[in-house]
Amino acid sequence: MRKSQPLVYLTLLAAIALSAFPLYWLFVVATRSNDIVGDWPPPLVPGGNLGDNVSRLFAAEDAHFLLGLVNSAFASVTVTVAVVFFSSLAGFAFAKLKFRGRDGLLLVILATMMIPVQMGIIPLYMIMVELGWQNRMEAIIVPALVSAFGVFLMRQYAERAVPDELIEAAKVDGCSTFRIFWTIVLPALRPGAAVLGLFTFMGTWNEFLWPLAVLEADNPTVQFSLSQLSTTYYTDYTLMFAGALVATVPLLLVFIAFGRQIIGGIMEGAVKA
Amino acid sequence: MTSGRGGTSAAAPSFPFREGHTLITDVRPRSAKPPRSTPIPPPRRGFLSHVDAKWSPYLFIAPFFVIFAVFGLFPLAYTGWVSLHDWDIGGAGAFVGLDNYTELFGDPDFWNAVVNTLGMLVLATVPQLVLALVLASLLSQKLRGLTLLRMGVLLPIVTSVAAVGIVFSQIFDRDAGMVNGILGLVNVDPIDWRADKWSSWTAIATMVNWRWTGYNALIYLAAMQSIPRELYEAATVDGASKVRQFRSITVPMIRPAVIFTVIVSTIAGMQLFTEPLIFGQGGFAISGGSLRQFQTLSMYMFEKAFRDFDYGYGSAVAWMIFLLITLLAVVNYFVTRKGN
Repeated sequence: MRKSQPLVYLTLLAAIALSAFPLYWLFVVATRSNDIVGDWPPPLVPGGNLGDNVSRLFAAEDAHFLLGLVNSAFASVTVTVAVVFFSSLAGFAFAKLKFRGRDGLLLVILATMMIPVQMGIIPLYMIMVELGWQNRMEAIIVPALVSAFGVFLMRQYAERAVPDELIEAAKVDGCSTFRIFWTIVLPALRPGAAVLGLFTFMGTWNEFLWPLAVLEADNPTVQFSLSQLSTTYYTDYTLMFAGALVATVPLLLVFIAFGRQIIGGIMEGAVKA
Repeated sequence: MTSGRGGTSAAAPSFPFREGHTLITDVRPRSAKPPRSTPIPPPRRGFLSHVDAKWSPYLFIAPFFVIFAVFGLFPLAYTGWVSLHDWDIGGAGAFVGLDNYTELFGDPDFWNAVVNTLGMLVLATVPQLVLALVLASLLSQKLRGLTLLRMGVLLPIVTSVAAVGIVFSQIFDRDAGMVNGILGLVNVDPIDWRADKWSSWTAIATMVNWRWTGYNALIYLAAMQSIPRELYEAATVDGASKVRQFRSITVPMIRPAVIFTVIVSTIAGMQLFTEPLIFGQGGFAISGGSLRQFQTLSMYMFEKAFRDFDYGYGSAVAWMIFLLITLLAVVNYFVTRKGN
């Protein structure tokens, strides 16, 4: 066992190098100029063209990259707050309150968790036409405000994190149910809510199929805008890479800030793809 | 709502907890303690609290069920209804029964997409889960800097999905790509990765494998850490080798985690869309190359519904994807269970 330790480290470091390399390469090309693309051996150190590439990126017509960034940031934050709130509310009800039909309804949530609702986008698109929400961010945000997975996750969390005696005591004291939720339950759910929030944020930021269907190129999300770049400017590698880099930075920052919680969340088996 | 706590914290009585429940103030030390002399208040008026207790739970779960029903379940079910019609951008046409499906079953482009999707599913899922298993067993040993190592293997999932497509498309480029450069070192001629099925599938599956291996490794790692140490100690006493222990203890004990990851990756793989679309570049993006060599089912559905505006036919494709996913999930479940 002890003898194999260096080998274990070497293998793990190789795996991490493979994990990190495409990200590093993304950074290197984004800081270079187009004439190095295709050089062999490839340049492995960053150059000085990042600022130039990024300003070309924001100036690129029909990519509307800045608008895409703003749209995605707004949608991701709104959806995250809503999913965490509604999931905590429903999760608390399922874990701690007694009501008729509770077990049946919970079963419905479990059954819908794995359903690929993405396959319903054609009628969803028709609904958006009826509502006049084509090419508007409402179309991205409103259907994403709730999550079956989120409800399930918060229910599991509430079951463990909130003692029944605490709720009973508050009830005896005449606390309304919502007040119990707001002052006792929600603070206790904070760690679970953080994990759900992080993954909801990343998921919304990465959403692609639905925005591509319901939005137009003049009002894109960030992933949509990137796909526009890769269609229109596919020979301009440094421009595309600058876009890919800028679109990844927010997620990287979230990861650096909350990496431990993300790992904790996955390790609790709490997160789906 | 939020002002409730901060704004009135000085006026203790506004806080609902009362003396006699020290448990509560223990748990929430930030709350201002009410004066000791406050008497226990009378119970709430019966009617209101009765209504509250009876209806609050429904009110709390209502937002989820209403929004999910309207924007999730209803569209999915309605897809089946649309698929029975001649339906285009102008609205519902004639009811045509199963005509869309009859046409679909004779449609070579549909079967091509089925083959492509399943092919990439296998290429993207099997290596991903096997590598994740290896990584997890390495990470489960006593190591220094464990958190950093774990964060390292997780780096790929924080990469923006379209960015993954862009970077790997360049790495797999015929002329400028690094993969061909490395192959050139061992005298392999440059490969046009987009041109053939096997090569484009490999490139696209590489993106998926790269993105999700670390994530699955952490799920396996969590399962491994819950295996009782005594099992390994007993096996060591009995003279079982490390490899033998891995096969006979670790793998059976983490079976539920394996089933979970297989089902989740299958569902995701059946809906593969972003990576192949970005890989396509230019005009042939949605058709998955000039000969549809890497068009997935989701891309075909999208093409029919949102490029050709044939909602009826697109819905038939969507409904078939849904059925295929359900079928695969059930098969997965029984195959993995049977092994027990």
